[in-house]
Amino acid sequence: MRAAWLALALLATPGLAAGAGWARLPGGEFSSVLRYEDTGGKVKVAPFELQRLPVTNAEFLAFVRRQPDWQRGKAPEVFAEPRYLKHWQGPTTLGPTALPEQPVTNVSWFAAQAYCEAQGARLPTWSEWEYAAAADETRADARADPAWRERILAWYSMPSNRPLATVGQGPADLHGVRDLHGLVWEWVEDYSAMLVSADNRDQGDPDNLKFCGAGALSMDDRENYAVLMRVAMLSALQAEDTTANLGFRCARDLPGKTP
Amino acid sequence: MKLRRLLLAALLGLAAPLPATAASPAAALPGDSAYRLADTYTDQAGRGFQLAEGRGRVRLVAMFYTSCRFVCPLIIDSAKGVEHALAPAERARLGVLLVSLDPARDDVAALRSVFDKRRLDPARWTLARTEAAGVRKLAAVLGVRYRALADGEFNHTSALVLLDRDGRVLARTEKLGSVPDPAFVAAVKAALAAK
Repeated sequence: MRAAWLALALLATPGLAAGAGWARLPGGEFSSVLRYEDTGGKVKVAPFELQRLPVTNAEFLAFVRRQPDWQRGKAPEVFAEPRYLKHWQGPTTLGPTALPEQPVTNVSWFAAQAYCEAQGARLPTWSEWEYAAAADETRADARADPAWRERILAWYSMPSNRPLATVGQGPADLHGVRDLHGLVWEWVEDYSAMLVSADNRDQGDPDNLKFCGAGALSMDDRENYAVLMRVAMLSALQAEDTTANLGFRCARDLPGKTP
Repeated sequence: MKLRRLLLAALLGLAAPLPATAASPAAALPGDSAYRLADTYTDQAGRGFQLAEGRGRVRLVAMFYTSCRFVCPLIIDSAKGVEHALAPAERARLGVLLVSLDPARDDVAALRSVFDKRRLDPARWTLARTEAAGVRKLAAVLGVRYRALADGEFNHTSALVLLDRDGRVLARTEKLGSVPDPAFVAAVKAALAAK
């Protein structure tokens, strides 16, 4: 019943139904919490589109129905560990512990990537995600505001064993995107690249010759714990991993621009 | 040359919209096989292929890019080092596949140029490229982490990964150099000896 009301509410929101759930973000030069030697912490984010809401159980169910190879029990373990979609009642049944409008979780990076590809989209890059997540209701970059930081940090102090809220309950930000904070962690396309540093690039010692090129990394903004926790968590993952509060949303380049 | 590239682009364009999970031959592959990746690759001769076509042969796989000056030549040296540690009969049965991290710049001509310069044997070696999404997926399967730098170089973990005849990861080494990692060579020999 609640889900039905929510669906109605979403339909009534201008732009949501017609825009098929995508928000357009202008991008621009952005100051990342990740300060690489080569970028000085400045990254250029090209204009892109981001899904206004995290992908839900219902949406992911429709995907695995269309592509049975991604159903639990069929997806090869190289792409999804055994806990993949384990909270669903069955491979094509959500059941009581996976409400249709809750964000889908227990999905691997490969599965998230496949879902987005099936929508003609992709996962957002970390820079895109971080840029989008810097906004609040009125500002494109609210990060310097201590009140913003506190509000976001409050989520991290909540116990994670409670059932997830349904999507869309968070406030829409300046761009019309919701739930970037406060609901689930989200996969990004280059999750594995963030902590790639050149600290142990030593031409003299073959054991340490692990990295090509240059570009040491430091955390630029030690106050921004909420985002740093994301970086640490994502960097610790393998692409086949799944967790109970890790979901995703898709991004895409602007129409007419080749990917 | 230009025409060939156009044709190739057209072919790749046609191939791309196919679902990544097009069933059929992959069905018999083990669930933990890297050959489950269904992206289309192109080799130094401009030939299109899928990873699963390497089924049946033990392979070394690594990721590199052609404009890399330091570590990437060393990746080729390291694979050659492994080859040299093998008996000729073993060597003939080992395939080596290097996939570019830099699909935007590593076209077939760039791959071909490195292939020729390093005098690689086409009977055993393949230098290949695939589109960016495929690169990220292969890197994930191989445990290679990489990031494009502002100047066009890449930071990346350099690893040689040993795949069995079904594309399963058997061993990996990040000890690079023309003197190979003995434990890794032992794994290669064992894989070649396995029936």
